[in-house]
Amino acid sequence: MPDDASIFRNGTFHADTWTFPADDVPLPPSGDIAVGKTRFLAEIQTLRARNGGIGVVLNPGEDPDGIVEHLDRITLVALRFTKYSDGRPYSVARLLRDRHGYKGELRATGDVLRDQVIFMLRAGFDSLDVAHAGTREALRTGSIVGVRHHYQPASDEAREAVGPVSPWRRRSV
Amino acid sequence: MYRYDEFDHAFVRERVAEFRDQVARRLSGEMTEDQFKPLRLMNGVYLQLHAYMLRIAIPYGTLSSKQLRRLAHIGRVYDKGSGHFTTRQNLQFNWIKLADVPQILEELAEVEMHAIQTSGNCIRNVTADHFAGAAADEVADPRVYAEILRQWSSLHPEFSFLPRKFKLAVTAAPHDRAAVQVHDIGLHMKVDDKGERGFAVWVGGGQGRTPMVAKKVRDFLPEADLLSYCEAILRIYNLEGRRDNKYKARIKILVHETGEAEITRAIEAEFAELQGKALTVPAPEIERIARYFALPDLETLRARSEVYETAKRDPAFALFARRNVHAHKVPGYGIVTISLKPTGAPPGDATSEQMEAIADIAERYSSDELRVSHEQNLVLPHVKLDDIPVVFAQLQKIGLGDANAGFITDIIACPGLDFCALANARSIPVAQRLSERFEDIARQAEIGDLKIKISGCINACGHHHVGHIGILGVDRKGEEFYQITLGGSGDETCSIGEIVGPGFSSDGIVDAVETVVDTYLKLRISADEPFLAAYRRVGQAPFKEALYAR
Ligand code: SF4
Repeated sequence: MPDDASIFRNGTFHADTWTFPADDVPLPPSGDIAVGKTRFLAEIQTLRARNGGIGVVLNPGEDPDGIVEHLDRITLVALRFTKYSDGRPYSVARLLRDRHGYKGELRATGDVLRDQVIFMLRAGFDSLDVAHAGTREALRTGSIVGVRHHYQPASDEAREAVGPVSPWRRRSV
Repeated sequence: MYRYDEFDHAFVRERVAEFRDQVARRLSGEMTEDQFKPLRLMNGVYLQLHAYMLRIAIPYGTLSSKQLRRLAHIGRVYDKGSGHFTTRQNLQFNWIKLADVPQILEELAEVEMHAIQTSGNCIRNVTADHFAGAAADEVADPRVYAEILRQWSSLHPEFSFLPRKFKLAVTAAPHDRAAVQVHDIGLHMKVDDKGERGFAVWVGGGQGRTPMVAKKVRDFLPEADLLSYCEAILRIYNLEGRRDNKYKARIKILVHETGEAEITRAIEAEFAELQGKALTVPAPEIERIARYFALPDLETLRARSEVYETAKRDPAFALFARRNVHAHKVPGYGIVTISLKPTGAPPGDATSEQMEAIADIAERYSSDELRVSHEQNLVLPHVKLDDIPVVFAQLQKIGLGDANAGFITDIIACPGLDFCALANARSIPVAQRLSERFEDIARQAEIGDLKIKISGCINACGHHHVGHIGILGVDRKGEEFYQITLGGSGDETCSIGEIVGPGFSSDGIVDAVETVVDTYLKLRISADEPFLAAYRRVGQAPFKEALYAR
């Protein structure tokens, strides 16, 4: 596996096709680019006018207000976990999926560790940017040990086969 | 009682396997202690002063005899032959080896128990009225709703990394025995004039360094909306709760800083989005869960038991009947409190032998059921009045026949400096000395209802803020000191105790409590005016004067 293949999605690792220009670097004319919320709001017209995918990166504490109006044009939302113990991105992910109907790539980035992977997928993330070596290895070999019986509805229904709904909202996947 | 189905069994087994894997990675060094800590906490494993502590969940305080026997066994094999019942209706083992934990969890899983979410910044084990399912005054069994909440909150993908811990309590009787107003969410069930069940919802109560009585955000929430409403509250808390300072991270601070009106508006707005969707709890589902908690087959008996009445000729039994027996909803039955507060013992401790003996008593005389109270006692919920004299005799044989429920020696105390890494001062020895000072049961009876609660530091695990007399351990230049608060209460008349003045040394604290008690005895209108009522009538001044005027 080449080292640059750090994005785990649909069960395997891929190289990242997105670029994340720094705030003071001019936007390249083409290609998929993702920017922070402030820049996104300031340069939305430019972003919409150029060729290539539009993505936005939200830090913990940044809400999706102002972004949601443009979700039809956005194909990547990356939510940053600065510390995995800061759980705000889980709520933002669920709001994007359930409340705002976002269907594009929803990526967890930053402190992404194997013990949270199941939570992330259930909260609606479908893509993981994994830097941690042990986590990469565990995902690559499918050796994550975790709980796959879920008591509560979450935001992954669309992507996971719905098992026997027994007896109420319970689900095994 | 709730019985695991295949799903529950599979869930807990997977959880054990997951933790076994995590412990292996920690022991091999793949995981740092920093990475491991939140994971072990979510499985109830703390690192204390001298050893690992394992906190086992006893959902809504309900236990079977078989489960209690298993706890006794674990205490004997993996600890030093005893366990400690906590103010959250859980059980702690204080001397556990990390490498043994997966095995212990496996043994617990065999009897439908676990340690999931007994600590960490997640939704903790849900507590309920310890007389639930038996109390004459309840409008429904609160455990039904506590169980629904347990399922919903177990490994919740959105709410497992909250700003801070999150505690829910449920009660369903007018008299609140579950202290719901000092919880992050308190649910107080009632029936409206159409006969529908619902909850008064209290948010943002808590103790710790900033004690607060919760605010009522909803007077009547229909039971079907329970989970949608809780999910709305949790989502707002997860997004907006402070994460910059762990002492300001509980939801009570968010409620306080946002204001009652604004937080209520925000909760209602989020709830409006969630209502009527996937989280609505269908009535048949509530009925299905309620069937698990159906009353055991009890006999049809006369309300009055001659055996019981005759036994009261013995004054010791008469006092036990008065203090430790509570009204049952079925005629001819009573609810018996087993006091884990014998003179001189650490509050809430039980040896493996005692647990086994209690399990036998419960099996024979209480339809195999037990409860743990947040006051660190055990409860036999369904005992025939006819049998209570025998039960009393058996409890006396194992040293647990004290007729002191609700008396001054029925003390709550946190583990304090004997175990806890955060402590400023010892709590257990103060409780032990107080129980020795007030050992005379006639004197306790004369004093009447009086709750003493002791915490070894400002985190207030011993609930001192809601003690009629609260005792808080503080550190003064490396020496243990104790501050007294008066007038706290955790029931439906919830209030936070007020600090009465400068603290007392370890030597002086027991005398100081005695001074408070003597002052009360002198000023009460009659023996029918309990301490709390008297304090609320006269205020601090007479107590202050007695304590500090020389
Ligand atoms: S109140 Fe303080 S000393 Fe007591 S158990 Fe809690 S943290 Fe430890």
